[in-house]
Amino acid sequence: MTETVQATRTRNPWLTGAGWSALFRDRPIIPLVALLALLVLLFELGPSSVNPNWAAFVLRQAVPLAILAGCQTLTMLTGGIDLSVGAVASMSGFLVATLVGSQGLPVAILLALLAAALAGLVTGIGVGVFKVHPLIMTLGMSLVVLGLANVWQLQMVQTGAGVPAELRGIGSNLALGIVPYSLIVFVPLTLLILFGLRRTGYGRLLYAIGDNPVAARLSGARAWQVLIVLYVISAVLAAIAGLLVSGLNNTASVTLADSLVLPSVAAAVIGGTSILGGRGGFGGTIVGALILTVIASLLQSLGYPEALRQVLFGSIIVAVAAAYTRVTAES
Amino acid sequence: MSAAAGTFGSVGRRPAELLSSWARRNAWALSLIAFLALLLVFTKLIQPNYGETGIQALANRALPLTLAAAAQAVIVISGGIDLSIGSMMALTSVTSATLMAGQSEEFGIAVVLAVLVLGLLLGAVNGVLVVVTRVPDIVVTLAMAFVWAGCALLVLRTPGGGAAQWLKDLVIGPLGNDWIPKAAIVMVVVVAAIWIPIQRSRLGLSFYAVGSNRLAAFRSGVSVGRTKVLAYVVGGLFAALAGLSVTASTGIGTPVPGPYTLQSVAAVVLGGVSLAGGRGGIFGPIVAVIILSLIRTDMTFLRLNSNLATVAEGIILIGVVMLGSFVQLRRSRS
Repeated sequence: MTETVQATRTRNPWLTGAGWSALFRDRPIIPLVALLALLVLLFELGPSSVNPNWAAFVLRQAVPLAILAGCQTLTMLTGGIDLSVGAVASMSGFLVATLVGSQGLPVAILLALLAAALAGLVTGIGVGVFKVHPLIMTLGMSLVVLGLANVWQLQMVQTGAGVPAELRGIGSNLALGIVPYSLIVFVPLTLLILFGLRRTGYGRLLYAIGDNPVAARLSGARAWQVLIVLYVISAVLAAIAGLLVSGLNNTASVTLADSLVLPSVAAAVIGGTSILGGRGGFGGTIVGALILTVIASLLQSLGYPEALRQVLFGSIIVAVAAAYTRVTAES
Repeated sequence: MSAAAGTFGSVGRRPAELLSSWARRNAWALSLIAFLALLLVFTKLIQPNYGETGIQALANRALPLTLAAAAQAVIVISGGIDLSIGSMMALTSVTSATLMAGQSEEFGIAVVLAVLVLGLLLGAVNGVLVVVTRVPDIVVTLAMAFVWAGCALLVLRTPGGGAAQWLKDLVIGPLGNDWIPKAAIVMVVVVAAIWIPIQRSRLGLSFYAVGSNRLAAFRSGVSVGRTKVLAYVVGGLFAALAGLSVTASTGIGTPVPGPYTLQSVAAVVLGGVSLAGGRGGIFGPIVAVIILSLIRTDMTFLRLNSNLATVAEGIILIGVVMLGSFVQLRRSRS
């Protein structure tokens, strides 16, 4: 991808329309950041002004959404989707909240991540080995996880220990009043995902399988192994996001993160990842999650009702996705 | 493709041949019906009191989801997917409940007709957006799910409104014999009245054609864009009917979308419709909905944890699809 940009740049792309659309195609993050800046500017014109406190608030809200959108980005690169992130994230937050009393925090977190990895393993086997459509597989898995979490809830009804203070601190506290502690988790994760996608063979394989599965198979990629690992990674990421969500809201329930599933898909789509596979990246997704959070905060501060927010949300997703499709189809 | 092709190619053949080819085409739906019959016998064995009231409750509970599954089936057959069905149901349900509250019975008829037109319009918007923007169906309808749910909240903030008495009478209670719930009659009549004429017409054939191979359909002179829009329009009509059935059976409108969207996708897959499009029918998904809701009832009779029913639903969904693709893999290898 980088080569394309450099090649067009030598022919002075700033003067040609094709150069512009190539830029938008290969570096979707630039127009996205511009859109984000525009939104922040709009906010400045609104009733409340932009200040570090507000930025911290938005960032804190955006972090779990960005991680969940990361799950969608990774799976969408291979042409899949992961609808089980909501159930897995809620389950992990709930497991930690109920286990922390008897097991201690490190063991509780470890158990939650293990449970998530197990769910991801089953999903991966279904998608990779049995070739079940990812939409169906993850939908079914989310039913299984939700049901089991509910059974667990009935078992644990007396021993509700609540969200541990450490998670609350990481999920919702701000260092110096402006920097959310959740960045401690988010920044290393982001670097890991970005590095993994750009610089490792595994990342290349994700793009290759999504772009052209037949070509990838003929060049020796074992798609089923890649997919199993992918869905395990996705489930573990979802579990980490679930811990942050439960810390942020200071509650843990088996449906806590469900409302984030569709926005997470939306954030990945806005960030320029194609749902058909093979195109996109995590950088755009983070900006997409920020855009969604800023819009939500903007509309909230203007006093618009939740209803209008949803309508605008949907319209923006369609508009941005249509713009991408137009730009990429012209080449 | 095969289902519609059979309808057209069946002129001048003997009845026995027709019957066997019909059975072959609908093998999946027929085996689902057989399974449903077995399940009913099983239910009667574990709960000897199961009878008229049980059937009534089953039909009433399953009605909205059967119509939602019909909506999803039409769209999936033509190669799309609609993640906004639950939101469209919420919007049509609150619109009808708000308009009908405190109005005369006759006005209710006008409201029902208006809401059905609204459903057609919602479907048309979805379809036109999919065709014009060329964005994948799943992304457009996901975004429209937000839009329609927001509109539903704009119409009605909290659950409320009312429904005309005749509308409630239409779906609640038995018809003549205690064993025949009105809800089941309504469902069969409505679905048959809309789907059978479409399936037997050119339009039905082009749904299957576009779903199984867009390029081939285009080259044989089918207008792909128009067909896709019409599939979404028919889906919108079924979604409006589903929304109306929610209003009729609860007497009020609820602005928050129920779990219908994803359940309709699950029902469609279990009902033998391929997510790749072009394969399956509309009656398989409906039977699948009834089976799933009967399984839920059975698990309460067996005094199992009702949450295990959710787990069972997930496992059945995954298991059936896995089995299907496993069989297909074996067949393609040999």
